[in-house]
Amino acid sequence: MSTAIYILGIVAALIVLGVVIESLRRHHLRERHAIWWLGAGVIALVIGIFPQLLGWVAGLLGVTVPLNLVFFLSIAVLFLVSIQHSGELTELESETRTLAESVALQDLRIRELEKALAEMQPDARPDERGER
Amino acid sequence: MPTALERTLVVMPAFNEEESVAAVVREVFAKAPGAGCLVVDDGSLDSTAREAESAGATVLRLPINLGVGGAMRAGFKYAMLHGYRNVVQVDSDGQHDPAGIAELVAQLDDYDLVLGARFAGVGDYAVHGPRQWAMRVLSSSLSRIAKTKLTDTTSGFRASGPRAVALFARHYPSEYLGDTVESLVIASRARLRVAQVAVAMRPRAGGVPSHNPYKAAVYLGRAGMALFVALIRPRVVVAEPPVLV
Repeated sequence: MSTAIYILGIVAALIVLGVVIESLRRHHLRERHAIWWLGAGVIALVIGIFPQLLGWVAGLLGVTVPLNLVFFLSIAVLFLVSIQHSGELTELESETRTLAESVALQDLRIRELEKALAEMQPDARPDERGER
Repeated sequence: MPTALERTLVVMPAFNEEESVAAVVREVFAKAPGAGCLVVDDGSLDSTAREAESAGATVLRLPINLGVGGAMRAGFKYAMLHGYRNVVQVDSDGQHDPAGIAELVAQLDDYDLVLGARFAGVGDYAVHGPRQWAMRVLSSSLSRIAKTKLTDTTSGFRASGPRAVALFARHYPSEYLGDTVESLVIASRARLRVAQVAVAMRPRAGGVPSHNPYKAAVYLGRAGMALFVALIRPRVVVAEPPVLV
């Protein structure tokens, strides 16, 4: 393996880690979403520094071509993250739905209260009740 | 003691129905005297809410479009908050004849969920071809699940008694076909008593039911999906209704 490829592997892993950590720092990512990418970045960095580790693990698992292990693990991580995201999306939608319901119910209550208030104070002008 | 109709809330989900909603609201007040009328404006962009209000309905304005199921669950919650025992769902496009409301509510003495069926021999509403086959497959499966003969399971004209209202205020699917198919499964599996009553339907104000075989296949697929999902989900248990005074 040429030195250039070796350095490229390490730099790529560092970029992944850098992006994830910077996103965490800026509150772009929450810990529970970042944990997968952090794990993947750390593994990529370790294998980048010690490439022979990959061959050793592949041999241990009986994977003939070590690169196939990389593809398999990458796909597995992407799959799990996607499932997690779909789940979170579903949860968000159901929360949005509940919020929309309670906004509508409160909006109706406010309108009814305003109407009742206006009937109690017939001389109040609309602009005094906060209407524009 | 108030009559059954006086303890009934008619809920009308409405999405951009400014042309028909006011007329339907007036018809509901005329043909179901004493019942409350709640229009759930499902994020309409037109003047649906204003039209409904001018006709005398109470209007619940959802800030975003949630679909029929979403609008209905908001309606069930409103009914619970305001002490209504029964909820009757009526389309705001005028497809359902409000004269049927009293017939549906009358059945709530013996049943928890009463469907107004379009194909049970009354009225002139008809669907043919692949879509009809799709609806038949759906009806026969749901009849088995609900343990009663149902011929029109996708009917949006339905009455819910107190147990169904309590159930649906918490669990009412907003998925496509979830509001009709899945809600029926949820109700049956929660051991609610389901029945159907024949009602006359008027033709839809706009649009014709599709006879496209491809669309019918997609429809059946989505219905099958809704059915499958409803069946694999855990059963929901409802508490017995409070003793009436």
